[in-house]
Amino acid sequence: MKTKVALTGNEAVAQAMKQINPDVVAAYPITPQTEIVQIFSSFVANGEVDTEFVAVESEHSAMSAAIGAAAGGARAMTATSSQGLALMFEVVYIAASLRLPIVFPVVNRALSGPINIHCDHSDAMGLRDSGVIQLFSENAQEAYDNMIQAVRIAEHPDVRLPVMVNMDGFITSHAMDVLEVIDDETVKNFVGTYVPEDYLLDAQNPISMGNFDMYDFYFEHKRQQVEAMKAAKEVIKEVGKEFAKISGREYGLIESYKLDDADVALVVLNSAAGTAKGVADELRAKGIKAGVLKPRVYRPFPQEEIREALKGVKAVAVLDRAETFSTCGGPMFADIRNTLYDLKNDIKVVNYIYGLGGRDLRLEHVQQVFEDLENIRKTGRVDETVKYLGLRE
Amino acid sequence: MTPYNPFNRNFGSGTRTKAVRPDMKWHELTRAGNIYEPGNANTYETGDWRSIRPVWNKERCIHCLFCWRYCPDASVIAKDGKFETFDYKHCKGCGICAKVCPVNAIDMVPEDEIEKVKEANKDEN
Ligand code: SF4
Ligand code: SF4
Repeated sequence: MKTKVALTGNEAVAQAMKQINPDVVAAYPITPQTEIVQIFSSFVANGEVDTEFVAVESEHSAMSAAIGAAAGGARAMTATSSQGLALMFEVVYIAASLRLPIVFPVVNRALSGPINIHCDHSDAMGLRDSGVIQLFSENAQEAYDNMIQAVRIAEHPDVRLPVMVNMDGFITSHAMDVLEVIDDETVKNFVGTYVPEDYLLDAQNPISMGNFDMYDFYFEHKRQQVEAMKAAKEVIKEVGKEFAKISGREYGLIESYKLDDADVALVVLNSAAGTAKGVADELRAKGIKAGVLKPRVYRPFPQEEIREALKGVKAVAVLDRAETFSTCGGPMFADIRNTLYDLKNDIKVVNYIYGLGGRDLRLEHVQQVFEDLENIRKTGRVDETVKYLGLRE
Repeated sequence: MTPYNPFNRNFGSGTRTKAVRPDMKWHELTRAGNIYEPGNANTYETGDWRSIRPVWNKERCIHCLFCWRYCPDASVIAKDGKFETFDYKHCKGCGICAKVCPVNAIDMVPEDEIEKVKEANKDEN
């Protein structure tokens, strides 16, 4: 049974967590994520979930507690944003290398400094190389859907990795949105009961985890993590297909929007994809063949799918809501350009940094990008590879 | 990119490898380096970390077994209440045994000197 409701992104994620009913949630408040665990802790207080809620003293402890719980055999979760994720940094790598299926929503917010509480992706991008799976969500519906699927992806025997479910701070987390929620029983059956393979509280099969790993083994264990990431691509697709059966919404690694015959295309994560699709529709009405590619999964990076989706496009703009300070553009730009390199068909790829610290991405900005792409397509000339959108200059 | 190979999908996830050997390939090792066999530290030889080695002087030793008690690596082997030998496969050469020995019956000798002596003996033979 499906019900249409009006919820904020944070409420939708808390709702998903309630339906997943994890064994342990350890969290610390941070804007704009606070609401998720605040709402969830009321579910705990009201007895609506069986979860053991651990109010910890920091995000470093939150992920550490989730690791302890997961290693002990529990289905564990946490949630954070920005500085909280930064404080969690070292333990996130450990969760990944221990191969613990911890699901944690991250409500994307700019990293300090200067201090700021609004949306950008610098927090998530800081952990793109940590070994966790990163899902991105355009709106509250996708955040809700991603949370439910994340449990199955994380716990799959071929994967066993943490999954970070991203959504845009305030834009998605605090704005009221209409979405369809699935009934408790269906979600419960979909996520199933967690059956850990190896866990510390298994008295019959004693095990030692988190062992000291020298130069003679560390490298091999890192290679295993890569294999799990490769397997995750298939698992994400399988879980997405299965999820369609209970929700009517199918998910893959990317969303291709009007790319089949597109001349110019935008690549963009999270909520800005909605803005980009709207503008693409307007331009299509004017005869410009515009399309949008929205990676749903950023780690592992869906290289083959993106290459296939963009192979016929003449000019591509990658929109990054984070800086790398490499002076060569944003993080996703490097990935996309690398992906298209082997096609050797001279697709022009340019980069726009946008929305840092919560700066709005306006329709005019997206129109400007498509206009630039049309010029590049017609002249074959790129004047500036990396530009800024909405910056006073 | 190499095509996805479903054959490799279950590496280390279904099978519990008892013994982990240094020559094992990445897909043969247990997932995340989990250890399923208790007390297996003995199979991991740490002796090659050593740069100086304890050498026992039989004439001086009074068999007090201070060295045996103090060795952090259980690398002093005693038998019938007497000093027997060092376990050079695991001794890391920390020198604690030499330090605590009340009669200076243990000398710490650089490994390269031991090597030189070995070489010299070879030449003589
Ligand atoms: S501490 Fe010295 S004297 Fe005592 S048993 Fe060891 S080597 Fe012998
Ligand atoms: S050198 Fe250290 S490790 Fe080796 S036998 Fe002496 S005390 Fe033990």
